[in-house]
Amino acid sequence: MANQPATTFRIARAGPASLAAAALGALVLAILAALPAFAGRELIQNLIFVFDMLALAQCWNLLAGQAGLISVGQQAFVGLGGYLLFALTIMAGLDPLLAIPLAGGVCAALAFPAALIVFRLRGAYFAIGTWVVAEVCRLVLAQVKQLGGGTGTSLPPAVTSGVIGIEGIKTLFDVRTPAARDILSYWVALALMAASFALVYAIQRSRRGLALGAIRDSEAAAASLGVDIASVKLSVYVATAAMTGMIGALIYLQKARISPDAAFSVLDWTAYVIFIVVIGGIGTIEGPIVGTLVFTLMQHYLADFGAAYLILLGTLGILIMLFAPRGIWGFVVERYDFTLFPTRRRLFVEQRREGENRRIP
Amino acid sequence: MTGWLDAVIQGILLGGLYALFAAGLSLIFGVMRLVNLAHGDLIVLAAFVILTLATWLGLDPFVAALLAIPIMFVVGFALQHVLLNRTLGRDLLPPLLVTFGLSIIIQNGLLQLFSADSERLRAGSIETASIALGGGIAAGVVPLLTLLSAIAVIVILNLVFYRTPLGRAFRATSDDLEIAQLMGIEVGRIYAVAMGLALVVVTVAALYLGMRANFDPTIGPARLLYAFEAVIIGGLGSFWGTLAGGIVLGLAQTIGARIDPEWQILAGHLAFLVVLVLRPRGLFPRAVD
Amino acid sequence: MPEPLLEVHGLDAFYGDFQALFGVSMRVATGAIVAVIGANGAGKSTLLKSIAGLMDAQAEAIRFDGVAIGGGPAYRTVARGIALVPEGRRLFPSLTVEENLLIGGHGRKVAGPWSLERVYGLFPVLKQRRASAATTLSGGQQQMAAIGRALMSNPRLLLCDEISLGLAPIVIADIYASLAHIKAEGTSVILVEQDIVQAMKASDRVYCFQEGRLSLSGRPQDLTRDAIHRAYFGG
Repeated sequence: MANQPATTFRIARAGPASLAAAALGALVLAILAALPAFAGRELIQNLIFVFDMLALAQCWNLLAGQAGLISVGQQAFVGLGGYLLFALTIMAGLDPLLAIPLAGGVCAALAFPAALIVFRLRGAYFAIGTWVVAEVCRLVLAQVKQLGGGTGTSLPPAVTSGVIGIEGIKTLFDVRTPAARDILSYWVALALMAASFALVYAIQRSRRGLALGAIRDSEAAAASLGVDIASVKLSVYVATAAMTGMIGALIYLQKARISPDAAFSVLDWTAYVIFIVVIGGIGTIEGPIVGTLVFTLMQHYLADFGAAYLILLGTLGILIMLFAPRGIWGFVVERYDFTLFPTRRRLFVEQRREGENRRIP
Repeated sequence: MTGWLDAVIQGILLGGLYALFAAGLSLIFGVMRLVNLAHGDLIVLAAFVILTLATWLGLDPFVAALLAIPIMFVVGFALQHVLLNRTLGRDLLPPLLVTFGLSIIIQNGLLQLFSADSERLRAGSIETASIALGGGIAAGVVPLLTLLSAIAVIVILNLVFYRTPLGRAFRATSDDLEIAQLMGIEVGRIYAVAMGLALVVVTVAALYLGMRANFDPTIGPARLLYAFEAVIIGGLGSFWGTLAGGIVLGLAQTIGARIDPEWQILAGHLAFLVVLVLRPRGLFPRAVD
Repeated sequence: MPEPLLEVHGLDAFYGDFQALFGVSMRVATGAIVAVIGANGAGKSTLLKSIAGLMDAQAEAIRFDGVAIGGGPAYRTVARGIALVPEGRRLFPSLTVEENLLIGGHGRKVAGPWSLERVYGLFPVLKQRRASAATTLSGGQQQMAAIGRALMSNPRLLLCDEISLGLAPIVIADIYASLAHIKAEGTSVILVEQDIVQAMKASDRVYCFQEGRLSLSGRPQDLTRDAIHRAYFGG
């Protein structure tokens, strides 16, 4: 024992690449925020869609990839957020910018009773349970005549054009009302997208994040170590519900027309989102970015093929799941041992005598 | 009063259809703990197979279903052998996401082949035939046949599970995968047989689905939810519980529809949620599981 | 020397990155009872799992009746004539006692000394409890059912993993008495045991494992207490 080299340990998360990534992230965010000054309206509109999907993907990634809560019912919160926006602006006369965070809050509140029900179901049955809850939401809102019942309703122009700040944007960028509305939605989408990253990052790096990792690896082992699994899972479920609800509210502010079938569509708000996360790389922060890029390109060039396009998406998703279950980003990480947003703690073992750093991944 | 009694009778009969939807799901979960998100779409696929055979060969739907049964068995066997067996393991994500992808592929494949038009299995006079039960209440012959078929399917499944070497192998595999292999059970094959058998049940369900109402390629997911609700209401692990769960769901829907026709589906879902909150293990949980 | 029934040669076994067996070699002659002893974690159960085809292995590392069988697949093992009595019995809880026995013959239906009636003859208590769920049996009865289940395939080699663990001495005596009957039918047995005295008494040959390596082997009567102690605990 005596002649073993003296060993020190250092636990680190950030490497030079990640510091660069943080700086790069801030720079990208600043450029994106300033983009409306240069970009045309079509690009702005496309980017709103990209940010919305990326934010939804990040939320689903947190649920399924981190907490092991595989939901196929996140459309419940997209739809609720959308409908809350309509209700709060049309019926309560609130400004949409105020209605969005409020919709998030209400979604979080509604997530508690929903959790009470679906958390009774284990594993795969949890997934179908969340779908039932989304169907219940759709059917209930189809009964609300004030919001158009089964056929849905539109936001009056007074609501969409009267948003606080629109006048300011019109003078600042010298644009008409519709373009100013897009720019405002764009900023909100950018903010929500950044917030979804911040949420995932914060949760992963917190004590809860460590607990989540433990739960994902072995629920029984985590429980025996005193991790309160139910409360950790519940907080992730509620947090993502709030976030998803706000994104839903923004999506339907931009669309200005809502119907139960569209707002609670499992294809639009869950299947696409799952596809993005799976193809990009589940369980990583970077995966959804890659996935959203791939999805947006496919959507742009192939969506006109309708059913054939969806068959292609389904097939691609299955192939990735079978042969590259960690997605495109997972493949890159495995190949080049490279990460932008370090959330895993790495142990560096330094052996003084040999003066070398050996990293144990 | 007659109206309510009628709702109860129709609800029980409707429960037969839901039990048929659910029996296949229950079988698969019982043998391999797989939750198949494409189950509803496979029911719709089977309905289109029956429709195609009936149209091409000019057959009665019942005869066409008999022909569809071996086809669907092979589809199920191959699906499990080639695709789903690769997804099974400790991780829940692959089977869920692969069957979810399969659901989208089947739905859109059927849309490509058959368009979004509503279809129906035409069986002639039996469709409208009914038996008067007195007091102005009548039970349709097809709904009655549905319930009787559900009971027959469950009796047969119980016989297979508890009285045959195949059923013994199903239960042993479900209990202990590793030791089952050492008994000479080729697990991949047993799973494929189980999925083939589930799709036979699915074909029976599809026959009645197609005769009782219109169907189109998009209605699969709703059938998955009904099947799932019947399984959970009844309690995991028992085929008779699944029948009971189907009937509870059917009753909730017809009674809900009696109050307001728009509430039919919602009432079924709400009944499921209530059972889940009050009796999380279902109404008839198996003592051992 | 005739070719042995089972020949293990240079067998390595791994659980992920952890190596559990290092170049193990051993032979089992037809009709012999071979005991494998060693402390917890010495690799005894891993050896049985490897022979049963549950572990990855080089095909040539394990030869049974002249055929290379290393690495499985496990479902072929029983058809080749090898049956395992697993550690902890592991009866199928949703099967009755009789169903547990019947499923033992699922993968190999050959004529041989063992049938349902012969197994009931060996363990009469099982016949009384034939319709009960396997979970309702006592520990000793469960062990008998697990041995009976393995016999139902009329194996040429029976692998027994810790069959005396957790049982009362009188029950252990019964179980070991049954091994004599099994041997009398010409079946070879590999006996993994923590109870050294029991193992030495019952076996024709002893192999001792230590930290995944073979540390000693020989006929029981040729081994001294001291040698076994060293082979068992190291030092």
